[in-house]
Amino acid sequence: MRLVLRGHEPRWLAPVLVLLAAVITFVLTAGPIRAAGASPVAAYQRYLLTPLTSFRSFSEVLLASTPLLFTGLAVALAFRTGFFNIGAEGQFLAGAVAATWVGIGVPDLPGPVAIPLVIAAGALAGALWVAIPAVLRVRYGIDEVVTTLLLNPVALLVVQGLLNGPWRNPVSQFPESAEIGSGFIFPTVIPGTRVHLGFVLAIGLAVVVWLVVGRTGTGLRMRAVGLAPTAARFNGVPVERTLLGTALASGAIAGIGGVSQVAGLQHQLTGEISPGFGYTGIVVATLAALTPIGVILVSLLLATIQVGAESASRVLQLPPQMGQVVTATFLLVTVGILVLRRYRIRIRRPSRTSEVPS
Amino acid sequence: MIGLADLATATLVGATPLLFAATGEVITERAGILNLGIEGTMYAGAFTGFLVAANTGSPWLGLGAAVIAGMLAGALMGLLSVTLGVNQHVAGIGITLLLIAASDFANRLLFSGGSLTQIDKFGLLFPDTPVLSQYLLTYLGFLVVVPAAAWMLWRSGFGLRVRAVGENPEATDAAGVPVARTRYAALILGAALMAVGGAFITLAMVGTFTLNIIGGRGWVAIALVIFGRWRVVPAMLGALLFAGVDALQLQLAITEAFAAVPRELLIATPYLVVIVALALSGRNVAYPGAYLKPYRRT
Repeated sequence: MRLVLRGHEPRWLAPVLVLLAAVITFVLTAGPIRAAGASPVAAYQRYLLTPLTSFRSFSEVLLASTPLLFTGLAVALAFRTGFFNIGAEGQFLAGAVAATWVGIGVPDLPGPVAIPLVIAAGALAGALWVAIPAVLRVRYGIDEVVTTLLLNPVALLVVQGLLNGPWRNPVSQFPESAEIGSGFIFPTVIPGTRVHLGFVLAIGLAVVVWLVVGRTGTGLRMRAVGLAPTAARFNGVPVERTLLGTALASGAIAGIGGVSQVAGLQHQLTGEISPGFGYTGIVVATLAALTPIGVILVSLLLATIQVGAESASRVLQLPPQMGQVVTATFLLVTVGILVLRRYRIRIRRPSRTSEVPS
Repeated sequence: MIGLADLATATLVGATPLLFAATGEVITERAGILNLGIEGTMYAGAFTGFLVAANTGSPWLGLGAAVIAGMLAGALMGLLSVTLGVNQHVAGIGITLLLIAASDFANRLLFSGGSLTQIDKFGLLFPDTPVLSQYLLTYLGFLVVVPAAAWMLWRSGFGLRVRAVGENPEATDAAGVPVARTRYAALILGAALMAVGGAFITLAMVGTFTLNIIGGRGWVAIALVIFGRWRVVPAMLGALLFAGVDALQLQLAITEAFAAVPRELLIATPYLVVIVALALSGRNVAYPGAYLKPYRRT
């Protein structure tokens, strides 16, 4: 049996393979779920269906998808141009820090000024956080994977340092900041739920990215740099400037994600502001095939699983980490199986006489 | 006053997990594969080692189990990056996320999450001698694993094949070397070393398993590999430098002159040192020729 390159790919193939990946994920995770004393079918019902059956839990899905939309979009944009930004986590935290800084620094600003200001501050912070790796890559050819990655723990340390030091809550003495000014708090967009402006902002950004990447000259240059940098250079594309610009935009989007989490949900900075949203963003972007529409769909899927995992933990006593196990398994199975898109499996005949020229 | 002996002792202990992990990653990357599964592989090694040691009472059996877990993680990376040719960043991050989530899941299930189960950890050799009072694994790491890995990569036939498949798989294949099998071997061996590095933390340093126990050490090891230009001994020196700065910050934190400096700034110093070192010395780094490139006969 061997893999042979396929000339052209039938349209039905990719969706069928993704469905197959879902089935394989179910089979692979059924064992551990059973070991935890729960029925796999009941667990998957919780993960995939229960969150969508009530208005309240569906609104929680939209809320949970919000940070993933930002980080997924940030990673997808950067990867598309061939800038392997593994540091969305750090840029997200930088944005959260900037939002808190503004929000507790000038707490009395009214909303119409405060909200644009806090978004701009977070975007700037995220862009600055990726600027060092981006410049090192563009100017000196230093691999951005390592530098963006290493700045993630540094960003977390900045958060912890601020919370244990100058920003320690003066009332509770806990390592969490004071609440940001009321003008900075994102309004809810669906009455009676916790879904806030950040969700709308993320969808808006996805549309902007879709338009820019797919419909403008800038987008064409970005895709050219991502697909074939040398060819792009010969055709007069400013490769360095395109890479730098995309990297900064990617950092800014992740930074706004941090703003959204502070201003939309927590209203203060805590050490647990990001349980790995930046890394999950890589999962989102990959499963989304680096497209903005895909990012929206995959963020909603992963958010459904996350909300479902919390409900499964309450109802079925299934540890909530199973949700992440399912997500990571689905990622690996999907990227593995999608390779088959480009190949067909040929079963080699035991007798090869017909292939050998006589 | 800073005790130099304490500083040296702490540096050697802190460098040990980095040393194993970075050596494993050097071997892997020399074969042309960036294994970002390193953080998760160390995590799985730390948890498996703890799990088996807690149930059998023997840290040695724990270490053996960690090695097996590491080899499986390496084989999984091989399946994805060698056999299937998946993007290595994605495969590695995916493996890290999977192994951390799976370890936390099992920990929650078996130890009710808040496990403070203490295990019989490894004892110290020469317990009364300053500096030399270290764990056997530290001695093995510095005196056996590093020289053996350096010898293997540069003097043995296997090492030559590993470097060849990482440099030019087409030519190596034409010369009759099995490319896929060599890459699998490098990945499995490297991941076993990463898992030992993780297990050292639970089985020797801490004696129990806590959430986020690796805390980014895998990412540091990735940096050390580039810092050491894909060579074992310079990567070891990098591990010593990193652990030294880390140990120094702990010592400085308790001295009066530095009491006002935030602890977090000092902890961040080693990461920044690596980035600055990369910025200064990382220009025109010669990556392995087939770095990040899957190979399939055409």
